[in-house]
Amino acid sequence: MNIKNLIKFIDGDLLTKSADLTREIKGGCGADLMSDVLASIQPNAVLLTGLCNPQVVRTAQMSDVAAIIFVRGKKPPQETIDLANEEGIPLITSPFGMFELSGRLYLAGLPSLEQPISE
Amino acid sequence: MNNRDTNFDQSPSRFKGKIITDEMAGKITRVEELAYILKISDVMSSSLKTLSPDHSMQDVLVTMRENRISGIPIVDDDSHALLGMVSTEDLIKCLANQDIDANLTKYMSTKLVTVNSFDYLTEALKLFARTGLGRLPVLDENGTLAGILTKGDVTYGLLRALEHDYIEEEVRRYRASHLFEDIESDRSSLILRYTIEHYDFTHGGSASSKIKRALLRLGANAQLARRVGIGIYEAEMNLIIHTTHGGTIHVEIEPHQISVYVWDEGPGIEDVDMAMKPGYSTATEEIRELGFGAGMGLPNIARCADEMDLRSELGKGTHLTMKFFLKGEDVVGEGYTGKGKKETENDA
Repeated sequence: MNIKNLIKFIDGDLLTKSADLTREIKGGCGADLMSDVLASIQPNAVLLTGLCNPQVVRTAQMSDVAAIIFVRGKKPPQETIDLANEEGIPLITSPFGMFELSGRLYLAGLPSLEQPISE
Repeated sequence: MNNRDTNFDQSPSRFKGKIITDEMAGKITRVEELAYILKISDVMSSSLKTLSPDHSMQDVLVTMRENRISGIPIVDDDSHALLGMVSTEDLIKCLANQDIDANLTKYMSTKLVTVNSFDYLTEALKLFARTGLGRLPVLDENGTLAGILTKGDVTYGLLRALEHDYIEEEVRRYRASHLFEDIESDRSSLILRYTIEHYDFTHGGSASSKIKRALLRLGANAQLARRVGIGIYEAEMNLIIHTTHGGTIHVEIEPHQISVYVWDEGPGIEDVDMAMKPGYSTATEEIRELGFGAGMGLPNIARCADEMDLRSELGKGTHLTMKFFLKGEDVVGEGYTGKGKKETENDA
């Protein structure tokens, strides 16, 4: 699934511009704790989160996230959008909640890209 | 190429006469943006075949056939002023009349729609959309013919500009990736230093972001850049969240290893073993609301780095060392490994 199809699929609104929407998404990960994301996410995932601060974008950039979806129709502040534009990471807002979104995307064939944390 | 319908034709008219709101601005694509950045002179064809008005339609036919063009500007020999255009349609009309020996002025169009070379591309797009014309003569500041603009030129110009965005980063990467090659020493390294302020959440992660980009430009593979980036990001956030006066990040890049030193002057960690346990955190509720303080920072660093050393003294401060070793043929700054040479290990 590429980002353009994903946006349609989740009734999403794209909040950023000039991002590459043909980028392929390999799976998903959902979390509000950024350390959990950094610890477990694999590259080219879509990140579902309710956290809206710029650290979400930084976290996404560090962990090669393909796109960020804000759940429950949340809209991040302008500083988050600005940073995402700068780094070329698409931000999407969707009216669905985290559970519903995860379910929908999983049923659509996107696997979990959260690897278990064990040392 | 001329009659191919492109999306570019519609974009300006979509915004025509409207005030662009922030919401609409968000939907403007890079291509539309470029139409407001590129000048017509950037994309037009300027090597032109022209004829003076003393030629016959027979000359028009020959010129079109030899140069494989479908329109010829007619230019005055002395004043260089544009007098008109003869297109294939004009030629067909002439052939239908069996009038091939006529002077070209009999058939040329003199009612011309022209554009200025110094105008933005969007002006030309508006004209293409409004008039349905396939080509527009371009005039310079003095009103003399500077070139011809077709829809094909526009498409090609936009594609070239998009490609340029991409190439610019590639060139930077290429240059940086050979950094160490021409510098001879017993041991060369590149040192990057960053000062991190306490509680500066606004800039939190910008140092790690710069370091990750630097590594990619130096030719590091995606997986290494990601590992180093995540490790340093956790350390950077620790400086922002947990220190009294912030701290310093010092990255030493060598062709086969990357060493990261992070230090601060307090307050120090009470129990280093506890701090290393996943899930253990001393972060406040406020920090947790920001998405941090899950107690995963230090365990994450340990997981990312090939070697990690953490020393801390209460009241004095904390010193963290991370080492990353490059394996096999992977190097940074000693030759271009090429893009996509090694995708991340975890790629499905």
